Amino acid sequence: MERSREGLEKALSEIPVLREEFHKDVRVLGGDEQLNQSLEKAGRVSDFLEFSELMCADALHREESCGGHFRVESQTDEGEALRDDEHFAYAAAWEFNGVGSPESLHKEPLDFENVQLAQRSYK
Amino acid sequence: MRLKLRIWRQSGTSGEFRDYDATDVSEDMSFLEMLDELNERLIESGEEPIAFDSDCREGICGMCSLIIDGRAHGPELGTATCQLHMRKFHDGQQITIEPWRARAFPVVRDLVVDRSPLDRIIEAGGFISVPTGSAPEANDVPVPKEAAEAAMDAASCIGCGACVAACPNGAAQLFTSAKVAHLNLLPQGAPERDSRVVGMVDTMEHFFGSCTNHGECEKACPKEISIDFIALMNRDYVRAKFSNRALAGRH
Repeated sequence: MERSREGLEKALSEIPVLREEFHKDVRVLGGDEQLNQSLEKAGRVSDFLEFSELMCADALHREESCGGHFRVESQTDEGEALRDDEHFAYAAAWEFNGVGSPESLHKEPLDFENVQLAQRSYK
Repeated sequence: MRLKLRIWRQSGTSGEFRDYDATDVSEDMSFLEMLDELNERLIESGEEPIAFDSDCREGICGMCSLIIDGRAHGPELGTATCQLHMRKFHDGQQITIEPWRARAFPVVRDLVVDRSPLDRIIEAGGFISVPTGSAPEANDVPVPKEAAEAAMDAASCIGCGACVAACPNGAAQLFTSAKVAHLNLLPQGAPERDSRVVGMVDTMEHFFGSCTNHGECEKACPKEISIDFIALMNRDYVRAKFSNRALAGRH
């Protein structure tokens, strides 16, 4: 599984359209006074349609490959994940600013005291 | 396949059976997929879909229920409703679908019941004493093979409540005994053996009916758990009640 700038930008252009279509066309029968499984499911989809946009935005901003996040633009000559510790040695915490507004980035730096960062080899 | 379904619909405290036609049912569908399809059609036509519980749909989570033609989890032995396939029914058949019927499980909506009294029993079982720190050497505590296998059989209980639904007394002895046995049979469960069985049985008695050895629970159980575990639980309970727990380390 890989992520590319092109693919992520395409997703970011399509998700808001899908979200708008969902909220316009969704059909939920019944009310909120008692157990309503349709409402539960609609709430979950609505959540995914917000969260997926953030996941893509986060993946686009992290211009390195790290763990399960493999950016095609950041790989070694042998096709292995290539980290960029100089620019991305932090956990990204995103602050919600309302649906459709870009989230604010808060960087939580990863400080290593006892071990040095190194590239892992699976060979 | 076409099927005539009589399904229990309940909103609030009273309910009724309603008739539905299920058309274009594939024999490869599971029973729950058949209900999913029906719900899709109901939503299209503007009728509220039928509420029913499900989660893993592979027979391990214990969320699905349903009394199908009077039998918990349907006509097949040793399967949960999610593992029941439509090929076990024939074209044109009428099928009656009800929620679990037991006083301890009030109906929440349609086919969904509240099974939280089973959680109260689990809570009453408490903890097991395990030393923290690094993992012990595996052969430090020998476990007889027969005990390990019996404990594993008991541990296959998924907590669905079919045993309660099938019991004419609404008793939860099979569930409780399986949960007691999968710890009490093993040396790791020995320190709290007495307090566990007393706590769980007393809590069970608070919510559920009494066992009169009908054995319907064993037939309904999707994991085919043996009622031998009920005998084991009764023995452990009596033993715990008569033992001097001040000396044995009372919890």
